[in-house]
Amino acid sequence: MNVIIVDYKSGNISSVINSFKEVAKDKVKIHVTSDLKKIKSSDKVVLPGQGSFKSCTDALNSINGLVETLNEFAINNKKPLLGICVGLQMFADVGYEETETKGLGWISGKVSKIDNKNGKYKLPHIGWNQIEIVKESKIFKNIENNSHMYFVHSYEFIPNDKNLISSTTDYSSKIICSVEKENIFGTQFHPEKSDKIGLQLIENFINL
Amino acid sequence: MLKNRIIPCLDVKNGRVVKGINFVDLKDAGDPVEQAKIYSDGGADEICFLDITASNENRDTIYEVVKKTSKKCFVPLTVGGGVRSIEDIYKLLHCGADKVSINTAAVQNSKVVIDSSKKFGSQCIVVAIDAKRNGKNWEIFTHGGRNGTGIDAIEYAKKIEECGAGELLVTSMDRDGTQVGYDIDLMFKISSTVNIPVIASGGVGNLNHLVEGIKLGKASAVLAASIFHYGKHSIKEAKEYLDLKGIPVRI
Repeated sequence: MNVIIVDYKSGNISSVINSFKEVAKDKVKIHVTSDLKKIKSSDKVVLPGQGSFKSCTDALNSINGLVETLNEFAINNKKPLLGICVGLQMFADVGYEETETKGLGWISGKVSKIDNKNGKYKLPHIGWNQIEIVKESKIFKNIENNSHMYFVHSYEFIPNDKNLISSTTDYSSKIICSVEKENIFGTQFHPEKSDKIGLQLIENFINL
Repeated sequence: MLKNRIIPCLDVKNGRVVKGINFVDLKDAGDPVEQAKIYSDGGADEICFLDITASNENRDTIYEVVKKTSKKCFVPLTVGGGVRSIEDIYKLLHCGADKVSINTAAVQNSKVVIDSSKKFGSQCIVVAIDAKRNGKNWEIFTHGGRNGTGIDAIEYAKKIEECGAGELLVTSMDRDGTQVGYDIDLMFKISSTVNIPVIASGGVGNLNHLVEGIKLGKASAVLAASIFHYGKHSIKEAKEYLDLKGIPVRI
């Protein structure tokens, strides 16, 4: 099996690479690339993302044919795809970080700034927080409810269809921290930085 | 609920740990990779390396350390010390650091914070502030605490937040190495001035100091070096103690 981590120059993806390689060992091949042919022929795709919504979508769009290839992979062929952090946020129709920016439109909804209740809560929301699993998911296999995950973000993805939310976390309000729509998975938290439980989630994705 | 973080810090010089955990079963007490792994296995919420390599020719040693550590530790890794430019930041992130802490360079030229937070995202830009009490105020020091700048620490904290820093690592120069506890007034002042998380540093001598940093200093995270070295306290003990005192921690 081949898993592609999409390298579209969206900031630091070393930790994502390291964690997938740690879990994959020799059983699964992990490739880091933006090569369209390789993405097309792969079994699973990971879409990381760091920085702002705008910088990530700009970077994605700057690689000729990449968005079309990802569309074909995830929407037409319905192969498993995992978005992490801004990688998840880009599933949305639109994001409001820096300026209004169009997303991939895979899951209708928007990405907006977390309400910090007039400065009562610090942003970014940085650190370990517990996730409340609100929908059974294959990627939460062997992960207990209320497990700790590592977060670092100021924006959240709010899908129109609330049934697509698979977990939330408590901060200034209940923040949506993972979504799932058929073959498309996304986590706002960073499984690659969430110690053994995060690695378990990565293993679950690889084993889908 | 968001948990308060405990961050052990390791001083690394020429690729070796200067002060560290002195466990009998350590194969190589000077190996930063092995020590970081012990901390992360013990429940550290993040790991911090401070590179105190003085000579330029040995600077590259830290990159090897970061590369190896990031393949073994799956919690966030912050690296600071001698970070001057966008290129330095890029190299550290590329080797597997999750955050980079900038000190002197940020004071000398705040553009490095503006540019790097735009390029890499605020989430990986930590600005380290070394402050010394001066009457009712605090003054920023640079170059590992050697040079005064005349800059007010609270004003600076506000300014550097606007430049795009994602977190502030605040060290009291008066308390650093004394083991008498954090400068709580300083932590509280900065923490209530800015809207980004503050990591308290400098002066921890016992577990109750960690509690004070969070409860009184309003820090989001507490960094300590020596209490975790030489096996005085484990991360687990620290977390259990904080939990006992009603502070939310990841256990």
